[in-house]
Amino acid sequence: MPTKLIVDCSTGVTTEVELTAEEVAQREADAAAFAEIKAAEEAAAQAKADAKASAQAKLAALGLTADEISALN
Amino acid sequence: MANTYEAIATVTVGSGGAANIEFTSIPQTYTDLLVKASVRDARTGDIFSNLLIRFNGSSSNLSARRLFGNGTSAASSAPSSSIVTVLNGPLSTSNTFSSGEFYIPNYTSANNKSVSTDIVTENNATESYQELNAGLWSDSSAITSITLLSNYSVNLVQYSTATLYGIKNS
Repeated sequence: MPTKLIVDCSTGVTTEVELTAEEVAQREADAAAFAEIKAAEEAAAQAKADAKASAQAKLAALGLTADEISALN
Repeated sequence: MANTYEAIATVTVGSGGAANIEFTSIPQTYTDLLVKASVRDARTGDIFSNLLIRFNGSSSNLSARRLFGNGTSAASSAPSSSIVTVLNGPLSTSNTFSSGEFYIPNYTSANNKSVSTDIVTENNATESYQELNAGLWSDSSAITSITLLSNYSVNLVQYSTATLYGIKNS
């Protein structure tokens, strides 16, 4: 079982105690929730990059030069 | 350090690591609090990881605005349910630790609590992270405990340390 270090600031005493089952569950839930958020952020960033690449390709197909496309950024 | 700073407690993680560092029974006699931390966690497979900061054990009413860079690019994010900041992960240079501080003004007030963080990761390579972060705990309770823990359900590694300072405004 993972442990935590508790520093009692009123006494200066540090104790190491095992996490409770509830704390372990919370810890795992936090990690899972964070992973979901990160995945969503990465997906959004990828979608934005894909849309930009697609737009640039369409502009190139219309005859704009790379410099002209870059000037639009 | 100015004599308005007083070291309240220091903790160092021992062999085997620890999931959390918790400062409890924090005296209510200061104006502000400051945590200085040297930390690294055991997250698998990356040079950096993420550290959660919690008050009074609460995991609700938390939010943050993060601004960070890694030597190549800069980015920002706005977590809506946590105060989280970067720290060294296991693929960063061995035996190096993030250096950071977390400043908490007016921790005894009945207003919402803010925290500003300033942290860097250490890595003997081109990729390393720096972060500024504005965190908010929307709660009227006075802060009596502070918890630091990895956001990846892994341990903070041995020799991670944290010191809590109390700061008086005069």
